[in-house]
Amino acid sequence: MALDKNDIAKRIAKEVKDGYYVNLGIGIPTLVANYVRTDISVEFQSENGVLGMGPFPYEGEEDADLINAGKQTITTLPGASFFDSGFSFGMIRGQHVDLTILGAMEVAENGDIANWKIPGKMVKGMGGAMDLVASAENIIVAMMHVNKAGESKILKKCTLPLTGVGCVKKVVTELAVMEITPKGFKLLERAPGVSVEHIIASTEAELIIEGEIPEMQID
Amino acid sequence: MINKKVNSVQEALQGIENGMTLMLGGFGLCGIPENSIAELVQKGTHNLTCISNNAGVDDFGLGLLLQKKQIKKMISSYVGENAEFERQMLSGELEVELIPQGTLAERCRAAQAGIPAFFTPAGYGTEVAEGKEAREFNGKMHVMEHAFKADFAIVKAWKGDEAGNLIFKGTARNFNPCMCGAAKITIAEVEELLPAGSLDPNQVHIPGILIQRIFKGEKFEKRIEQRTTRKRD
Repeated sequence: MALDKNDIAKRIAKEVKDGYYVNLGIGIPTLVANYVRTDISVEFQSENGVLGMGPFPYEGEEDADLINAGKQTITTLPGASFFDSGFSFGMIRGQHVDLTILGAMEVAENGDIANWKIPGKMVKGMGGAMDLVASAENIIVAMMHVNKAGESKILKKCTLPLTGVGCVKKVVTELAVMEITPKGFKLLERAPGVSVEHIIASTEAELIIEGEIPEMQID
Repeated sequence: MINKKVNSVQEALQGIENGMTLMLGGFGLCGIPENSIAELVQKGTHNLTCISNNAGVDDFGLGLLLQKKQIKKMISSYVGENAEFERQMLSGELEVELIPQGTLAERCRAAQAGIPAFFTPAGYGTEVAEGKEAREFNGKMHVMEHAFKADFAIVKAWKGDEAGNLIFKGTARNFNPCMCGAAKITIAEVEELLPAGSLDPNQVHIPGILIQRIFKGEKFEKRIEQRTTRKRD
Protein backbone atom coordinates (compact mmCIF):
# COMPACT_ATOMS: atom_id res chain seq x y z
CA MET A 1 0.00 0.00 0.00
CA ALA A 2 1.38 3.37 -1.00
CA LEU A 3 2.11 5.77 1.82
CA ASP A 4 0.35 9.06 2.50
CA LYS A 5 2.15 12.37 3.06
CA ASN A 6 2.35 11.89 6.81
CA ASP A 7 3.89 8.45 6.36
CA ILE A 8 6.54 9.92 4.03
CA ALA A 9 7.27 12.50 6.72
CA LYS A 10 7.49 9.76 9.35
CA ARG A 11 10.02 7.83 7.28
CA ILE A 12 12.14 10.93 6.65
CA ALA A 13 12.02 11.79 10.36
CA LYS A 14 14.18 8.70 10.92
CA GLU A 15 16.97 10.40 8.97
CA VAL A 16 17.10 13.22 11.51
CA LYS A 17 19.88 12.49 14.00
CA ASP A 18 20.77 13.80 17.44
CA GLY A 19 22.51 17.18 17.24
CA TYR A 20 21.27 18.04 13.76
CA TYR A 21 20.31 21.51 12.58
CA VAL A 22 17.65 20.95 9.93
CA ASN A 23 16.02 23.14 7.30
CA LEU A 24 12.54 22.03 6.26
CA GLY A 25 10.95 23.14 3.01
CA ILE A 26 7.27 23.84 2.44
CA GLY A 27 4.79 20.95 2.06
CA ILE A 28 5.59 17.37 3.16
CA PRO A 29 8.95 18.46 4.67
CA THR A 30 7.16 20.72 7.17
CA LEU A 31 5.35 17.63 8.51
CA VAL A 32 8.68 15.96 9.38
CA ALA A 33 8.96 18.13 12.50
CA ASN A 34 5.91 16.32 13.93
CA TYR A 35 7.59 12.92 13.85
CA VAL A 36 11.17 13.47 15.01
CA ARG A 37 12.04 11.36 18.04
CA THR A 38 11.56 13.29 21.25
CA ASP A 39 14.61 11.76 22.96
CA ILE A 40 17.08 13.52 20.61
CA SER A 41 18.10 17.18 20.35
CA VAL A 42 17.32 18.79 17.02
CA GLU A 43 16.89 22.43 15.98
CA PHE A 44 14.86 23.55 13.00
CA GLN A 45 16.09 26.45 10.91
CA SER A 46 13.82 28.61 8.80
CA GLU A 47 15.65 30.65 6.19
CA ASN A 48 13.71 33.83 6.90
CA GLY A 49 15.79 34.08 10.06
CA VAL A 50 15.08 31.75 12.96
CA LEU A 51 16.76 28.76 14.57
CA GLY A 52 14.90 26.78 17.19
CA MET A 53 11.47 26.89 15.58
CA GLY A 54 8.64 25.44 17.63
CA PRO A 55 5.08 24.36 16.86
CA PHE A 56 2.25 26.63 15.72
CA PRO A 57 1.03 29.03 18.43
CA TYR A 58 -2.14 28.48 20.41
CA GLU A 59 -5.13 30.33 19.03
CA GLY A 60 -4.98 33.97 20.11
CA GLU A 61 -1.20 33.88 20.60
CA GLU A 62 -0.20 34.44 16.97
CA ASP A 63 2.54 37.03 16.51
CA ALA A 64 2.75 38.80 13.12
CA ASP A 65 6.49 39.26 13.74
CA LEU A 66 7.10 35.53 14.11
CA ILE A 67 6.65 33.40 11.00
CA ASN A 68 8.41 30.61 9.11
CA ALA A 69 9.51 30.60 5.47
CA GLY A 70 6.02 29.42 4.49
CA LYS A 71 4.72 32.66 6.10
CA GLN A 72 2.90 30.63 8.75
CA THR A 73 2.75 31.86 12.33
CA ILE A 74 5.08 29.84 14.58
CA THR A 75 6.59 29.81 18.06
CA THR A 76 10.16 29.43 19.26
CA LEU A 77 11.63 26.89 21.66
CA PRO A 78 14.18 27.50 24.45
CA GLY A 79 17.57 28.17 22.83
CA ALA A 80 16.07 29.84 19.76
CA SER A 81 17.71 32.77 17.98
CA PHE A 82 16.85 35.29 15.28
CA PHE A 83 19.10 36.64 12.53
CA ASP A 84 18.83 38.47 9.23
CA SER A 85 18.44 36.94 5.77
CA GLY A 86 22.07 37.54 4.81
CA PHE A 87 23.26 35.77 7.92
CA SER A 88 20.71 33.00 7.43
CA PHE A 89 21.97 32.17 3.97
CA GLY A 90 25.53 32.50 5.18
CA MET A 91 24.64 29.76 7.65
CA ILE A 92 23.28 27.66 4.77
CA ARG A 93 26.09 28.41 2.30
CA GLY A 94 28.68 27.86 5.02
CA GLN A 95 27.25 24.34 5.50
CA HIS A 96 26.41 24.82 9.15
CA VAL A 97 22.97 23.30 8.57
CA ASP A 98 23.27 19.50 8.67
CA LEU A 99 20.23 18.42 6.71
CA THR A 100 17.92 20.00 4.16
CA ILE A 101 14.59 18.38 3.38
CA LEU A 102 12.62 19.78 0.49
CA GLY A 103 9.95 18.95 -2.06
CA ALA A 104 10.43 18.55 -5.81
CA MET A 105 8.56 18.31 -9.07
CA GLU A 106 11.28 16.18 -10.67
CA VAL A 107 14.51 14.48 -9.59
CA ALA A 108 16.98 12.95 -12.04
CA GLU A 109 19.37 10.04 -11.61
CA ASN A 110 22.39 12.37 -11.59
CA GLY A 111 20.97 14.25 -8.58
CA ASP A 112 19.50 17.19 -10.51
CA ILE A 113 16.34 18.69 -9.04
CA ALA A 114 13.57 20.85 -10.52
CA ASN A 115 11.02 22.46 -8.23
CA TRP A 116 10.52 26.14 -9.01
CA LYS A 117 9.02 26.73 -12.41
CA ILE A 118 6.68 25.23 -14.98
CA PRO A 119 7.22 27.40 -18.07
CA GLY A 120 4.01 29.09 -19.16
CA LYS A 121 2.09 27.72 -16.18
CA MET A 122 3.59 28.43 -12.82
CA VAL A 123 6.31 30.94 -12.11
CA LYS A 124 6.34 31.74 -8.43
CA GLY A 125 10.08 31.87 -7.98
CA MET A 126 12.77 29.77 -6.39
CA GLY A 127 12.76 31.42 -2.97
CA GLY A 128 15.67 29.93 -1.04
CA ALA A 129 15.64 26.56 -2.81
CA MET A 130 18.54 27.27 -5.17
CA ASP A 131 20.76 28.43 -2.32
CA LEU A 132 19.79 25.43 -0.19
CA VAL A 133 20.39 22.77 -2.83
CA ALA A 134 23.64 24.34 -4.04
CA SER A 135 25.15 24.43 -0.57
CA ALA A 136 23.74 21.68 1.61
CA GLU A 137 25.81 18.53 1.93
CA ASN A 138 22.87 16.35 2.85
CA ILE A 139 19.68 16.85 0.86
CA ILE A 140 16.66 14.60 1.11
CA VAL A 141 13.75 15.10 -1.25
CA ALA A 142 10.22 14.35 -0.09
CA MET A 143 7.88 13.95 -3.02
CA MET A 144 5.19 11.90 -4.69
CA HIS A 145 6.62 9.25 -7.01
CA VAL A 146 4.22 10.04 -9.85
CA ASN A 147 2.33 13.20 -10.83
CA LYS A 148 -1.45 13.51 -11.03
CA ALA A 149 -1.39 12.16 -14.58
CA GLY A 150 0.38 9.06 -13.29
CA GLU A 151 3.72 9.98 -14.86
CA SER A 152 6.98 9.28 -13.05
CA LYS A 153 8.74 12.21 -11.38
CA ILE A 154 11.85 10.06 -10.90
CA LEU A 155 13.60 10.59 -14.21
CA LYS A 156 16.68 9.89 -16.27
CA LYS A 157 16.85 13.61 -16.93
CA CYS A 158 14.77 16.52 -15.63
CA THR A 159 12.48 18.18 -18.18
CA LEU A 160 11.62 21.31 -16.16
CA PRO A 161 13.98 24.25 -15.48
CA LEU A 162 16.52 23.12 -12.89
CA THR A 163 16.84 24.32 -9.32
CA GLY A 164 20.22 22.70 -8.81
CA VAL A 165 22.56 20.19 -10.41
CA GLY A 166 23.89 16.93 -8.98
CA CYS A 167 22.84 17.74 -5.43
CA VAL A 168 20.12 15.34 -4.21
CA LYS A 169 21.33 12.43 -2.07
CA LYS A 170 18.15 10.61 -1.17
CA VAL A 171 14.51 10.58 -2.26
CA VAL A 172 11.56 9.35 -0.21
CA THR A 173 8.23 8.88 -1.99
CA GLU A 174 4.94 7.13 -1.26
CA LEU A 175 6.42 4.02 -2.89
CA ALA A 176 10.12 3.89 -2.11
CA VAL A 177 13.32 5.16 -0.55
CA MET A 178 16.05 5.68 -3.13
CA GLU A 179 19.64 6.77 -2.82
CA ILE A 180 21.39 8.63 -5.62
CA THR A 181 24.71 6.95 -6.37
CA PRO A 182 27.28 7.78 -9.06
CA LYS A 183 25.54 5.06 -11.13
CA GLY A 184 22.01 6.37 -10.59
CA PHE A 185 19.02 5.63 -8.34
CA LYS A 186 19.55 2.72 -5.98
CA LEU A 187 16.38 1.26 -4.48
CA LEU A 188 16.86 0.98 -0.71
CA GLU A 189 13.39 0.35 0.67
CA ARG A 190 9.85 -0.17 -0.54
CA ALA A 191 6.60 1.00 1.03
CA PRO A 192 4.82 -1.71 3.05
CA GLY A 193 3.04 -4.08 0.67
CA VAL A 194 4.39 -2.40 -2.46
CA SER A 195 6.24 -4.74 -4.80
CA VAL A 196 9.57 -4.01 -6.44
CA GLU A 197 7.85 -4.59 -9.79
CA HIS A 198 5.30 -1.87 -9.01
CA ILE A 199 8.11 0.56 -8.18
CA ILE A 200 9.98 -0.28 -11.38
CA ALA A 201 6.79 0.24 -13.39
CA SER A 202 6.23 3.64 -11.74
CA THR A 203 9.78 4.86 -12.34
CA GLU A 204 11.09 6.27 -15.61
CA ALA A 205 14.73 6.13 -14.49
CA GLU A 206 16.63 2.86 -14.18
CA LEU A 207 16.75 1.48 -10.65
CA ILE A 208 19.75 -0.33 -9.22
CA ILE A 209 18.34 -3.27 -7.27
CA GLU A 210 20.62 -5.44 -5.20
CA GLY A 211 19.25 -8.42 -3.29
CA GLU A 212 16.07 -8.34 -1.22
CA ILE A 213 14.56 -4.87 -0.84
CA PRO A 214 13.25 -4.43 2.73
CA GLU A 215 10.00 -2.67 3.61
CA MET A 216 10.18 0.84 5.07
CA GLN A 217 9.82 1.03 8.83
CA ILE A 218 7.28 3.75 9.43
CA ASP A 219 6.43 3.57 13.14
CA MET B 1 24.92 62.61 18.31
CA ILE B 2 24.00 63.13 14.68
CA ASN B 3 20.23 63.42 14.57
CA LYS B 4 18.51 61.39 11.82
CA LYS B 5 14.95 62.01 12.99
CA VAL B 6 12.37 63.34 10.58
CA ASN B 7 8.84 64.14 11.64
CA SER B 8 6.72 62.51 9.01
CA VAL B 9 6.65 59.85 6.35
CA GLN B 10 6.29 62.65 3.76
CA GLU B 11 9.54 64.22 4.91
CA ALA B 12 11.24 60.82 5.04
CA LEU B 13 10.33 59.97 1.47
CA GLN B 14 11.41 63.28 -0.05
CA GLY B 15 13.49 62.86 -3.16
CA ILE B 16 11.97 59.57 -4.30
CA GLU B 17 11.18 60.19 -7.95
CA ASN B 18 9.65 58.35 -10.87
CA GLY B 19 11.96 55.75 -12.38
CA MET B 20 14.09 55.22 -9.30
CA THR B 21 15.27 51.91 -7.83
CA LEU B 22 14.08 51.14 -4.32
CA MET B 23 15.02 48.37 -1.89
CA LEU B 24 12.22 47.41 0.49
CA GLY B 25 12.67 45.18 3.52
CA GLY B 26 10.34 42.41 4.61
CA PHE B 27 9.62 38.73 4.10
CA GLY B 28 6.08 38.13 2.92
CA LEU B 29 4.12 40.74 4.88
CA CYS B 30 6.40 40.37 7.91
CA GLY B 31 8.59 43.39 8.66
CA ILE B 32 7.55 45.46 5.65
CA PRO B 33 7.75 49.29 5.77
CA GLU B 34 3.99 49.60 5.52
CA ASN B 35 3.76 53.33 6.26
CA SER B 36 6.24 54.16 3.52
CA ILE B 37 4.44 51.91 1.03
CA ALA B 38 1.13 53.63 1.83
CA GLU B 39 2.78 57.02 1.24
CA LEU B 40 4.28 55.88 -2.08
CA VAL B 41 0.75 54.90 -3.16
CA GLN B 42 -0.45 58.33 -2.05
CA LYS B 43 2.35 60.13 -3.90
CA GLY B 44 1.76 58.09 -7.05
CA THR B 45 5.48 57.73 -7.75
CA HIS B 46 5.70 55.36 -10.71
CA ASN B 47 8.04 53.50 -13.04
CA LEU B 48 9.74 52.13 -9.96
CA THR B 49 12.15 49.22 -9.84
CA CYS B 50 11.61 47.45 -6.53
CA ILE B 51 14.11 45.07 -4.95
CA SER B 52 12.16 43.09 -2.39
CA ASN B 53 12.05 39.39 -1.53
CA ASN B 54 8.31 39.23 -2.22
CA ALA B 55 5.69 41.37 -3.88
CA GLY B 56 3.07 41.49 -1.14
CA VAL B 57 -0.47 40.17 -1.57
CA ASP B 58 -3.18 41.61 -3.78
CA ASP B 59 -4.37 44.21 -1.27
CA PHE B 60 -1.41 44.75 1.04
CA GLY B 61 2.31 45.44 0.97
CA LEU B 62 3.83 46.00 -2.47
CA GLY B 63 0.59 44.61 -3.92
CA LEU B 64 -0.83 48.10 -3.31
CA LEU B 65 1.79 49.64 -5.62
CA LEU B 66 1.20 46.92 -8.20
CA GLN B 67 -2.53 47.62 -8.22
CA LYS B 68 -1.81 51.22 -9.17
CA LYS B 69 0.76 50.06 -11.75
CA GLN B 70 3.50 52.08 -10.06
CA ILE B 71 6.07 49.31 -10.41
CA LYS B 72 7.91 48.82 -13.68
CA LYS B 73 10.18 46.03 -12.52
CA MET B 74 10.37 43.67 -9.54
CA ILE B 75 13.54 41.92 -8.41
CA SER B 76 12.43 39.16 -6.01
CA SER B 77 12.95 35.54 -5.06
CA TYR B 78 9.33 34.46 -4.61
CA VAL B 79 6.19 36.08 -5.94
CA GLY B 80 3.35 33.62 -5.29
CA GLU B 81 0.21 34.67 -3.42
CA ASN B 82 -0.47 37.63 -5.69
CA ALA B 83 -2.93 37.27 -8.57
CA GLU B 84 -2.50 40.84 -9.85
CA PHE B 85 1.25 40.34 -9.94
CA GLU B 86 0.83 37.17 -11.96
CA ARG B 87 -1.53 38.89 -14.38
CA GLN B 88 0.85 41.82 -14.97
CA MET B 89 3.82 39.50 -15.34
CA LEU B 90 2.13 37.19 -17.85
CA SER B 91 0.77 40.12 -19.89
CA GLY B 92 4.24 41.66 -20.02
CA GLU B 93 3.20 44.89 -18.23
CA LEU B 94 5.57 44.09 -15.41
CA GLU B 95 9.20 43.13 -15.79
CA VAL B 96 10.28 40.48 -13.30
CA GLU B 97 13.72 39.24 -12.34
CA LEU B 98 13.62 36.19 -10.09
CA ILE B 99 16.82 35.45 -8.22
CA PRO B 100 17.75 33.03 -5.41
CA GLN B 101 16.88 34.34 -1.97
CA GLY B 102 20.38 34.03 -0.55
CA THR B 103 21.78 35.79 -3.60
CA LEU B 104 19.23 38.58 -3.13
CA ALA B 105 20.29 39.03 0.49
CA GLU B 106 23.98 38.89 -0.36
CA ARG B 107 23.66 41.40 -3.21
CA CYS B 108 22.16 43.81 -0.65
CA ARG B 109 24.85 43.00 1.89
CA ALA B 110 27.59 43.44 -0.74
CA ALA B 111 26.23 46.90 -1.58
CA GLN B 112 26.15 47.72 2.13
CA ALA B 113 29.71 46.53 2.65
CA GLY B 114 31.34 47.96 -0.48
CA ILE B 115 31.95 44.61 -2.15
CA PRO B 116 31.26 45.00 -5.89
CA ALA B 117 30.72 41.31 -6.66
CA PHE B 118 31.00 37.86 -5.13
CA PHE B 119 30.80 34.17 -6.07
CA THR B 120 28.01 31.88 -4.87
CA PRO B 121 27.17 28.28 -5.77
CA ALA B 122 23.44 29.12 -5.86
CA GLY B 123 21.94 28.77 -9.31
CA TYR B 124 24.96 27.23 -11.00
CA GLY B 125 23.77 25.06 -13.90
CA THR B 126 20.33 26.71 -13.93
CA GLU B 127 18.83 29.52 -15.98
CA VAL B 128 19.73 32.14 -13.36
CA ALA B 129 23.42 31.54 -14.15
CA GLU B 130 22.99 32.18 -17.87
CA GLY B 131 25.33 34.89 -19.12
CA LYS B 132 27.17 35.13 -15.81
CA GLU B 133 30.80 34.36 -15.15
CA ALA B 134 31.27 30.96 -13.51
CA ARG B 135 34.39 29.83 -11.71
CA GLU B 136 35.55 26.79 -9.78
CA PHE B 137 36.63 27.15 -6.15
CA ASN B 138 37.58 24.12 -4.06
CA GLY B 139 36.26 21.75 -6.67
CA LYS B 140 32.83 23.38 -6.85
CA MET B 141 31.35 25.71 -9.44
CA HIS B 142 30.22 29.20 -8.44
CA VAL B 143 28.45 32.06 -10.21
CA MET B 144 29.54 35.69 -10.04
CA GLU B 145 26.85 38.04 -8.74
CA HIS B 146 27.03 41.83 -8.42
CA ALA B 147 26.13 44.17 -5.59
CA PHE B 148 22.83 45.96 -6.11
CA LYS B 149 22.74 49.64 -6.94
CA ALA B 150 19.69 51.43 -5.55
CA ASP B 151 18.59 55.01 -4.93
CA PHE B 152 16.69 54.44 -1.70
CA ALA B 153 16.47 51.60 0.81
CA ILE B 154 13.33 51.60 2.94
CA VAL B 155 13.44 49.38 6.02
CA LYS B 156 11.23 48.70 9.00
CA ALA B 157 12.54 48.19 12.54
CA TRP B 158 10.92 47.64 15.91
CA LYS B 159 12.77 50.27 17.92
CA GLY B 160 15.06 53.04 16.85
CA ASP B 161 16.66 56.12 18.34
CA GLU B 162 17.25 59.59 16.96
CA ALA B 163 20.81 58.62 16.07
CA GLY B 164 19.36 56.07 13.64
CA ASN B 165 20.33 52.99 15.65
CA LEU B 166 17.92 50.11 15.05
CA ILE B 167 16.63 47.03 16.85
CA PHE B 168 14.49 44.48 15.03
CA LYS B 169 11.97 42.01 16.43
CA GLY B 170 11.56 38.30 15.69
CA THR B 171 11.52 37.28 12.06
CA ALA B 172 10.50 40.82 11.07
CA ARG B 173 14.26 41.33 10.92
CA ASN B 174 14.74 39.34 7.65
CA PHE B 175 16.08 41.52 4.80
CA ASN B 176 15.87 44.82 6.68
CA PRO B 177 19.38 44.83 8.21
CA CYS B 178 20.94 43.75 4.87
CA MET B 179 19.38 46.73 3.08
CA CYS B 180 20.54 49.40 5.55
CA GLY B 181 23.24 51.44 3.86
CA ALA B 182 22.87 49.42 0.65
CA ALA B 183 21.38 52.37 -1.26
CA LYS B 184 22.33 56.04 -1.58
CA ILE B 185 19.81 56.95 1.13
CA THR B 186 18.34 54.62 3.75
CA ILE B 187 15.02 55.42 5.39
CA ALA B 188 13.96 53.55 8.52
CA GLU B 189 10.41 53.47 9.81
CA VAL B 190 10.07 52.27 13.37
CA GLU B 191 7.31 51.37 15.80
CA GLU B 192 9.01 53.19 18.63
CA LEU B 193 11.33 56.16 18.15
CA LEU B 194 13.35 56.97 21.27
CA PRO B 195 15.76 59.74 22.28
CA ALA B 196 19.44 58.93 21.79
CA GLY B 197 20.73 57.16 24.87
CA SER B 198 17.59 55.09 25.34
CA LEU B 199 18.87 52.02 23.57
CA ASP B 200 21.57 49.88 25.14
CA PRO B 201 24.46 50.04 22.60
CA ASN B 202 25.06 46.33 23.28
CA GLN B 203 21.64 45.52 21.91
CA VAL B 204 21.74 47.62 18.73
CA HIS B 205 21.42 45.47 15.57
CA ILE B 206 22.22 48.18 13.02
CA PRO B 207 24.26 51.28 13.87
CA GLY B 208 22.89 54.66 12.86
CA ILE B 209 25.73 55.36 10.43
CA LEU B 210 23.82 53.32 7.84
CA ILE B 211 20.59 55.32 8.28
CA GLN B 212 19.96 58.81 6.87
CA ARG B 213 16.34 59.32 7.96
CA ILE B 214 14.31 57.73 10.72
CA PHE B 215 10.66 58.28 11.57
CA LYS B 216 7.95 56.77 13.72
CA GLY B 217 5.34 54.98 11.63
CA GLU B 218 1.86 56.26 12.36
CA LYS B 219 0.14 52.90 12.21
CA PHE B 220 1.24 49.29 11.84
CA GLU B 221 -1.43 46.88 10.72
CA LYS B 222 1.02 43.93 10.66
CA ARG B 223 -1.21 41.70 8.64
CA ILE B 224 -0.70 37.94 9.03
CA GLU B 225 -0.47 36.02 5.76
CA GLN B 226 -0.94 32.44 7.02
CA ARG B 227 -2.55 32.28 10.43
CA THR B 228 -1.64 28.79 11.66
CA THR B 229 -2.48 27.69 15.19
CA ARG B 230 -2.81 24.55 17.29
CA LYS B 231 -5.57 23.60 19.66
CA ARG B 232 -5.01 23.73 23.39
CA ASP B 233 -4.80 20.24 24.90
